[in-house]
Amino acid sequence: MFAYYLDLALRSLKRNRVLTTLMVLALALGIGATITTLTVLRLLSGDPLPQKSAQLFYPQIDPNSKDGYLEGQTKPDLTMAYPDAMALMHAKRGTRQAAMAMTQAKIMPDKAHARPFFSDAVMTTADFFAMFDAPFQYGSGWSEADDESGAELVVIAGFLNDKLFGGTNSVGKTIRVGDHDLRIVGVLKPWSPQPRFYTQGMGSRSYGDGDAVFLPLRTARAMEMGPQDTECYAAVEDFRHLETAPCEWLGVWVELNNEGAVAGYKQFLDGYVKQQIAIGRFVRPDTSLLDLMSLMREQQVVPDDVRLQADLAFGFLLICVVNTVGLLLAKCLRRSQEIGVRRALGATRKEIFSQFMVEAGMVGLAGGVLGLAFAELGLLGIRHQPAQYASLAHLDLSMFAFTFVVALVASLIAGLLPAWRASVLAPAPQLKAA
Amino acid sequence: MEIRPILASLRKHRIPAILIVLEIALACAVLCNAVFMISKRVSDIHLPNAIDEQGLVAVTLRGTDDKLVGSDLPRNLAALLGIAGVKQVAVTSSLPLSQNNWGWSFGSSPDSVISDKKNINVSLYFVGAGADQALGLHLLQGRFFNADEFADSKFDTAPLPETHVVVVTQRTAERFWPGQSALGKTLYSMPHYYSVVGVVEDVLRPNINTQNTDKSYEDVFFPMSAAGSKGALGFYLLRGAPQDRDRIMRDAEQKLAELNPAAIAKGTTYLGIRAKYFADMSSMAWMLVLVCAVMLAVTAFGIVGLTSFWVGQRRRQIGIRRAVGATRGHILQYFQTENFLLTSAGVLLGMGLAFGINLYLMQHYEMDRMPWYYLPCGALALWLLGQASVFGPAQKAASVPPVVATRGIG
Repeated sequence: MFAYYLDLALRSLKRNRVLTTLMVLALALGIGATITTLTVLRLLSGDPLPQKSAQLFYPQIDPNSKDGYLEGQTKPDLTMAYPDAMALMHAKRGTRQAAMAMTQAKIMPDKAHARPFFSDAVMTTADFFAMFDAPFQYGSGWSEADDESGAELVVIAGFLNDKLFGGTNSVGKTIRVGDHDLRIVGVLKPWSPQPRFYTQGMGSRSYGDGDAVFLPLRTARAMEMGPQDTECYAAVEDFRHLETAPCEWLGVWVELNNEGAVAGYKQFLDGYVKQQIAIGRFVRPDTSLLDLMSLMREQQVVPDDVRLQADLAFGFLLICVVNTVGLLLAKCLRRSQEIGVRRALGATRKEIFSQFMVEAGMVGLAGGVLGLAFAELGLLGIRHQPAQYASLAHLDLSMFAFTFVVALVASLIAGLLPAWRASVLAPAPQLKAA
Repeated sequence: MEIRPILASLRKHRIPAILIVLEIALACAVLCNAVFMISKRVSDIHLPNAIDEQGLVAVTLRGTDDKLVGSDLPRNLAALLGIAGVKQVAVTSSLPLSQNNWGWSFGSSPDSVISDKKNINVSLYFVGAGADQALGLHLLQGRFFNADEFADSKFDTAPLPETHVVVVTQRTAERFWPGQSALGKTLYSMPHYYSVVGVVEDVLRPNINTQNTDKSYEDVFFPMSAAGSKGALGFYLLRGAPQDRDRIMRDAEQKLAELNPAAIAKGTTYLGIRAKYFADMSSMAWMLVLVCAVMLAVTAFGIVGLTSFWVGQRRRQIGIRRAVGATRGHILQYFQTENFLLTSAGVLLGMGLAFGINLYLMQHYEMDRMPWYYLPCGALALWLLGQASVFGPAQKAASVPPVVATRGIG
């Protein structure tokens, strides 16, 4: 029976080509727009470290003055001052912990005539790589002792290794950063979590290529490398020596493996702040300990425009579906006589209904195929945009499958009303009219 | 035109009529909001900026040696002045829309310190001698800095300069001292204080505030000496005739790279900086335009499709009317009036929906309330669209010959 309905549907669609084309085109445009924007939205709101994100937590404290403070409403700052970051680091209350800030490293290639260039760099501490599952191609990270001594060493990204050393094992060689020669101890495999969760509040972009250079915090500071963003909460006497200035510029991440550890850490954090209040350093008691994905949501890393585009695309799809309902209805009511004949020859209402749903489904499938083409076109357009995330916009397998789900669901919803109208037509008047 | 028969006929074709109304309503609601979003973006992109945007070229020089900057900087400037067509050169710490923001909060009373929440945040521009000329600033009151003030200003260990003079924009002056002259007034962030010596026409900040565009102009200028700048003066400005700017940009970048082999020079025209800043915004605006166009097309085709079906179904009825004396004009008018009624109902519903969508967007995004006049404008657009799309099918209806009535079958 299904094959017969398919045949009927094909005949009917062919009979009125203009109307069919209009329906398919409208549906395809709606689906294309929806899939394009959803692909981007999913990409940008995705989990940067799916295997690990539930265990990564971001402590926040608030060293600001009482001025402007509303109890329970004021949120603590994103970054913290050096003494606080170091206090949390040295307490070692998490399985792992790392402090970090974003900076720019001037790299001098060793070759003649090669111009120096700036690269994104992270100044951080030893646990960074293991905690964030950063994969090494050659060598490894550095040790806690290197952090303490400010050892002149560096971990570089695979793409920088390709550029400077042609992709060969460069561990043990040196690279000139600023005016210091740093020994390479590790080379990362391609690694660029999206969004770049660890750059929040540090004056750096949230999407795009990974960082080129990772070096110990103390080493970088000794080389006078400064953070990209600094927030000061009291009058600053010596801005050059940020370690003692009342300025926030470091983010701290901790790895906590179970609920008990999370509760314990929150208690520790509250205790730390109470202690600081007792010695007169702090006045605000609020702390926060969000996991990675909660922090991303709270920070609204996904750009407003991207969410807006997705909303808009859904509105557009809705318009296209209403339009398809109208056109399908027009088509099926025009065939009242045919329906009358089929009913008179013994077709049940259910069968008429199925027949028209099959027809709607076929329009949906055609709309899905064409919509996929529109989505690819849309993503191609996005890849040519200046946005940070432009290069990431690709259709993956699940979105490919999802396109057809959307197309079928949309067309079947659109087909419901016309198919129902067709099935309740009384056969007699139609036959008489014929 | 009698509308009662039309209403009676619509009552018989309730579902297609409701569908057209719904389609118009959705289109109207989305159109009003999309056009509002587009207009907001277009006005942001065209925010005025009182500098010579057309003739300005900037080269950033990064990675220089801070200890040598006192001698390197004058040498670099002298070399840049030698480029053909360059009228003025100067250095600054940043440029409007360059996204390189150095912000600080000041108060207007002598006890103001940085942690005062009532302080006002402004963007700081540190400029070398001649920057007013190179930027093309428009002085409204007072004066720009004199040679001594440039020579004496320097950075010590604090993030604010060791000087006591400042030039503010008109809107900064208005924000700190509303209704008063800013000249001679003082900005405080103890232990630093700065007296206003001049007021210039509004210059944009390195990052604008799309929520409140007035705040996008709250910036101040400080003098800065080359030797005391500690690497803060990274933007070399060159001003020439607009037709020379691309050549000046290439020459200047090359010259600075040659003179400073260990540093990184990157040139751009000011228009390039502006275009880059607004690139995302303008691509979003174009996307909205595209969505509106396609959506209107889809709606129009929907109306054409449904009305054509309608006409086809009523051929016999039309034939009878023609046979009893209705002219082609009457038939045409019938369908046009019918469409007008449907569109009106759709537009009415759509305006309510548009208002609701606007409320939703205000809640979830940085969006202002839509001014009321968007609603009648959207309504007008859909009336026109409706009339345009019904014209074809209505003409087809009008061309139904009266003889159809005499045939038994419609």
